[in-house]
Amino acid sequence: MRALAWHGKHDVRVDTVDDPEIINPRDCIIKVTATAICGSDLHLYDGYIPTMQAGDVLGHEFMGEVVEVGAKSTLKKGQKVVVPFTIACGSCYHCGKHQYSACDNGLPADNQDIAQELYGQPMSGLFGYSHMTGGYAGGQAEYVRVPFSDVGPIVIPNGVEDEKVLFLSDILPTGWQAAENAGIEPGDTVAVWGCGPVGLFSVQSAFLMGAERVIAIDHFPHRLELARKFGAETINFEQTETYEALMEMTGGIGPDAVIDAVGLEAHGFFVDNVIDQIKASTFLGTDRTHSIRQAIIACRKGGRVSMPAVYGGFVDKFPLGAFMEKGLTLKTGQTHVQHYMPALLNAIMDGKIDTTFLISHRMALEDAPKGYKMFHDNQNEVTKVVLKPDFAAA
Amino acid sequence: MTEDISTRDDRVEPRDDAPPTTRKDLDGDRELIGRAVTINRPAAELYAYFRDFANLASFMENVERVDVIDARRSHWVVKAPGGKTVEWDATVTDEVENESITWQSDDGADVPNSGRVTFKDAGARGTIVTATIAYDPPGGTIGRIIAKMFQREPAIQARRDLRRFKQLMETGEVATAAWTRKQHEEEMA
Repeated sequence: MRALAWHGKHDVRVDTVDDPEIINPRDCIIKVTATAICGSDLHLYDGYIPTMQAGDVLGHEFMGEVVEVGAKSTLKKGQKVVVPFTIACGSCYHCGKHQYSACDNGLPADNQDIAQELYGQPMSGLFGYSHMTGGYAGGQAEYVRVPFSDVGPIVIPNGVEDEKVLFLSDILPTGWQAAENAGIEPGDTVAVWGCGPVGLFSVQSAFLMGAERVIAIDHFPHRLELARKFGAETINFEQTETYEALMEMTGGIGPDAVIDAVGLEAHGFFVDNVIDQIKASTFLGTDRTHSIRQAIIACRKGGRVSMPAVYGGFVDKFPLGAFMEKGLTLKTGQTHVQHYMPALLNAIMDGKIDTTFLISHRMALEDAPKGYKMFHDNQNEVTKVVLKPDFAAA
Repeated sequence: MTEDISTRDDRVEPRDDAPPTTRKDLDGDRELIGRAVTINRPAAELYAYFRDFANLASFMENVERVDVIDARRSHWVVKAPGGKTVEWDATVTDEVENESITWQSDDGADVPNSGRVTFKDAGARGTIVTATIAYDPPGGTIGRIIAKMFQREPAIQARRDLRRFKQLMETGEVATAAWTRKQHEEEMA
């Protein structure tokens, strides 16, 4: 099959690799019909994520048609499914509590060592995202082996366009969980740092949860424009002092809840955290790396901090004093995708959530390397690249 | 000749309430390793699977196979470097149904060893399974090779084996990222 493989920093290629096969009884194989490049894929592209190996197949936002099933899969050939990016077993203690991204069994036993050492306990597996998260081949490919197919993939009704439901795989549930973690109460003002896909879905979700005002913060004019379309007020942090603006816009109180949806772009997994630390210690650090710090300082007393943004290592100058003195609450974590998928599919079908606005580019899988470069170089206009294996290459 | 593992804990003067297998700063050569894992299944089910030693190879990476000789005795075939194997007979020296199994290698084993696994009910969380392995550093050329293999992060090996046991019991399969059967076979070799 053809698949987008990582070969090194800024070097991704569409290679011919072996077709996947059923290995475990709960597996299925899907033929990918649509897959997206995620903002977090750019950190693989930029070479920031450790434990990558040349030839690793990328992609964790994908959907397709079931073409093969293992003996214990509950899916049927021909069904259209969206696959959650978190690989979770559905049988362990954490899955029982719907904490799917904390699944005990999604990672192969040997791959659990790194996270065990780094985080204390290993997390679930992820598709196409380094060997630390399992080394699973991802969805930017013609076919994918999907483990635990009886609990992960959600079946999509016939006749629904791929583009409407594709983002159930990651960014829509992630934006929704971020808003849920912000504990929004009716009448709240919510500030969202970052108007990437997760931030934009957080804006929509916050309104659906009863927020009266949402203030979106970014520096890309096009992305701020998208946030405005959903009813958010905006702050361009390149033109405006963010803390001051937030205080003035909330009558000196500060937002009731703050959502940091910036993540890896600013902070990175390991390497750029180290760079951040070096920069800070040599006074080269920039404010751009400070979304979570700024969010905590701006948040009102007794307010709530939600952090969907991905952090991997250690963060310098975390304002622990402000966090404690103001009595803030922080909720965070990788998304429990499986928990949110059914309700969010209904919300899409009922027209309560718009997903397709995000897609700025549609390309053939064969053109994926071009897609990575475009997304990397122009984040203002390129909001989402969707790859389709059956598109003819440009 | 290895000591019976059940008397072994008494040698360690207790300094706190941590299990005697926990790494302590006074330890020199560690020849006693142990790991605990919580498995979301009833103790009786876990005990029954483990007690049939023929099942051990399904989650213990270094164990090629265990042949059951009779109710107490078994023959172990364990992977050694260079595609070779080492073998020994072992005897169950003590067992309490649904609670614990203790075994010991018979005289003449290349790597005299003993092990104990306990199953403790953990209510809604399932069962806490604790495995403890003790071995004597062997002599001779092959012994040195085997010792090296056993000493290669034995605690990590034990932890990985217990994770696989947990995966098999909770999910019915052992997780793998392989995407072709050939890759999977190479992983298992």
